[in-house]
Amino acid sequence: MLLLIPLFPLVGFVINASVGRRLTKSISGGLACAAMIASFAVSALLVSQILGHEAAPLEFTLFEWMASGTLRVPFTLRLDHLSAVMILVITGIGSLIHIYSTGYMHEESDSEYARYFSYLNLFASFMLVLVLGGNFPVMFVGWEGVGLCSYLLIGFWFRKQSAADAGKKAFVVNRIGDFGFVLGMLLIFATFGTLDFQLVAAAADSRAIEHGAIGVITAATLLLFLGATGKSAQIPLYVWLPDAMEGPTPVSALIHAATMVTAGVYMIGRNAVLFSHAPITLSIVAAIGVATALMAGTIGLVQNDIKRVLAYSTVSQLGYMFLAMGVGAYAAGIFHLYTHAFFKALLFLGSGAVIHALAGEQDLRNMGGLKKYLPVTYWTFLIGALAIAGVPLLSGFFSKDEILFKTFTSTNPYRLLLWGIGMVTSLLTATYMFRLVFLAFHGERRSAAHHDSHGHGHGHAPHEAPPSMAIPLIVLAIGSVLAGYVGVPHALGGSNRIEQFLEPSFAVTEARGRLEAGGGVQSTDAAGVVRPVAVQDSHSADAGESTHDNTSTELMLMALSSGVAIAGIGIAAFFWLRNRAAVNAMTARFRGPYTVLLHKYYVDELYDAAVVQPIKLLSTGGLWKGADAGLIDGAVNGVGQTVRSTSNVLRRVQTGSIRTYAASLFLGVVLILGWYLLKFR
Amino acid sequence: MVPLNYYLALSGVLFAIGTAGVFLRRNLITVLLSIEIMLNAVNLTFVAVGRYRGSVDGQIITFFVMTVAAAEAAVGLALIIALFRHRETLSPDAFTALKW
Repeated sequence: MLLLIPLFPLVGFVINASVGRRLTKSISGGLACAAMIASFAVSALLVSQILGHEAAPLEFTLFEWMASGTLRVPFTLRLDHLSAVMILVITGIGSLIHIYSTGYMHEESDSEYARYFSYLNLFASFMLVLVLGGNFPVMFVGWEGVGLCSYLLIGFWFRKQSAADAGKKAFVVNRIGDFGFVLGMLLIFATFGTLDFQLVAAAADSRAIEHGAIGVITAATLLLFLGATGKSAQIPLYVWLPDAMEGPTPVSALIHAATMVTAGVYMIGRNAVLFSHAPITLSIVAAIGVATALMAGTIGLVQNDIKRVLAYSTVSQLGYMFLAMGVGAYAAGIFHLYTHAFFKALLFLGSGAVIHALAGEQDLRNMGGLKKYLPVTYWTFLIGALAIAGVPLLSGFFSKDEILFKTFTSTNPYRLLLWGIGMVTSLLTATYMFRLVFLAFHGERRSAAHHDSHGHGHGHAPHEAPPSMAIPLIVLAIGSVLAGYVGVPHALGGSNRIEQFLEPSFAVTEARGRLEAGGGVQSTDAAGVVRPVAVQDSHSADAGESTHDNTSTELMLMALSSGVAIAGIGIAAFFWLRNRAAVNAMTARFRGPYTVLLHKYYVDELYDAAVVQPIKLLSTGGLWKGADAGLIDGAVNGVGQTVRSTSNVLRRVQTGSIRTYAASLFLGVVLILGWYLLKFR
Repeated sequence: MVPLNYYLALSGVLFAIGTAGVFLRRNLITVLLSIEIMLNAVNLTFVAVGRYRGSVDGQIITFFVMTVAAAEAAVGLALIIALFRHRETLSPDAFTALKW
């Protein structure tokens, strides 16, 4: 059963990739959607079997993949509570995005259409393997697979130079992170002798927490985190994600917002026990997360491409998730991942509808006043923007507040700084999202009349999205409102069900732990009972006395962040709705900072100068002209030259005269015979 | 009875004559004849040594050499005829096309 989840999309991929170009659009698109919906149905069915808090994970081993010495890697799929959340997000939101794509990509030719859907199906399949993988190598299969599909889909319109470059950039940057991931994986195997997530967790748990010392767990987790920064677009490897917007918009929604980029967050959650034993790594994760959140948020404030704003917003929200992971609030991070998938997918699909309506226009400066042309898009987009801004009672509010609260109450020595930056970012989020809303949908329509002289698209009223695109928008909008209600905090009278649900995934499973440590673990719990590790210091909030204090703190923080969200919207309204002149005044007054932000802190330029150009120089001057043309070609050609010149002399021996041959034969015989005669006389 | 050394000396002389003929004569037919003389010099050695040791091996191998010599003469003459038709000459120095 478990195998069916990734198998359905894989079958869809095989069919669309092999015979897709002969199928009509409705068949190839329908097939891809059906595969995703079937996968979603199986996922929902299986998840319903493990809903209970004590339920054991479902496991399925397909075959023994690698067996060499002590290395045993079975191809195991494992469904526990954490992967349950992930597969529901992937198949559920994935299905909606597939349906949306049938409308969005409709202008492509039949073969391109099939190619698109085959990639999309392949991506879903790999993503499901990633989250269902029961050990590091199986996860890595998915990890690399989604990277490949990301590359293929970013460069889907590969005839466009910028798209091909963006795909390449994503691929290369991800390789750097994957290198760290592989090294981390090897270090874990060398240390613990196993690669199974549960066994690694059990083995790590029997070691002391590495307070203030860089031990082997710290090293391994740092390497894994490097992998996460690549896949999940964090400092220093975030630069590929904004460029990835060259791909089709539904791809941005599925891969570069809802699912693939959250793989790093998921990976840390999956190895929660391991990371909890390395406080230094956790501090670094939190610091990187919050720094990324702030940096991306500030960049998002001034970008003019609708998709780029959303891309930086994604980077920023991923930073939030890493902040949560870094302060040990794993459940809060996954909760934000889950709500973010809804509203960010919604926002991307909404922006896709806008782009579709304007025949490819992505520049915010050429939009405006779209509210009356695109009512469905407008209202759903508005809900998404409200959710991400953290307006009370929408999904983003619950998850973001959970993270900020957990940060505030964490044991990190810099918790107040982390929390403060988180709040600032929250303000920025609300501001740039509503800047987007006001610029795109409100005010006067600013079509690009001056460079639209050939009349194409000019004068036409933008057309509302077709039903295949509108329905996913509406479903996602409903999801963006309701998704948060699985995690209503205690302070608001809820029970934070998602946190309780996820808890077992972040703990060591006793039965397996004892099996591995051979009785070394001193627990006397009954087999199969799950013992949560003391990961979350703030977790004591649930227990007795401090509840009251924490509740009031939490309520206060909530009020504060709601205020911040509304203030952010207010700022956006003031600048971009009421008083557009003030924006110009501001940019003129802060010309320097504005230029820096507009150029994304010159990070791309910096990387280009510091990494790309030296490598190019080394490759051209050293490796190509020096090593390849000089050494290798020189050696090969040199051997040839030597043989030629020697042969030129030696071939004179072959005169063609029989007499010479006979003479040399005779001379040889005489010499040999003579030598023998003298020797054996 | 003639001692063995006389036979060996005679065959050595014959072989030297044959060798000289192969290298010095300018006619392919004569060269072929010279080769026959060399072969027969060897035959003589075989027969003489066989007789000296009292075995028939020398005579048996001589038959083989004669058979091969006959075949060689047939092939060699055929080649010579073909070469002559081609070049109107029988000098071995005329046929040096097969070189570098």
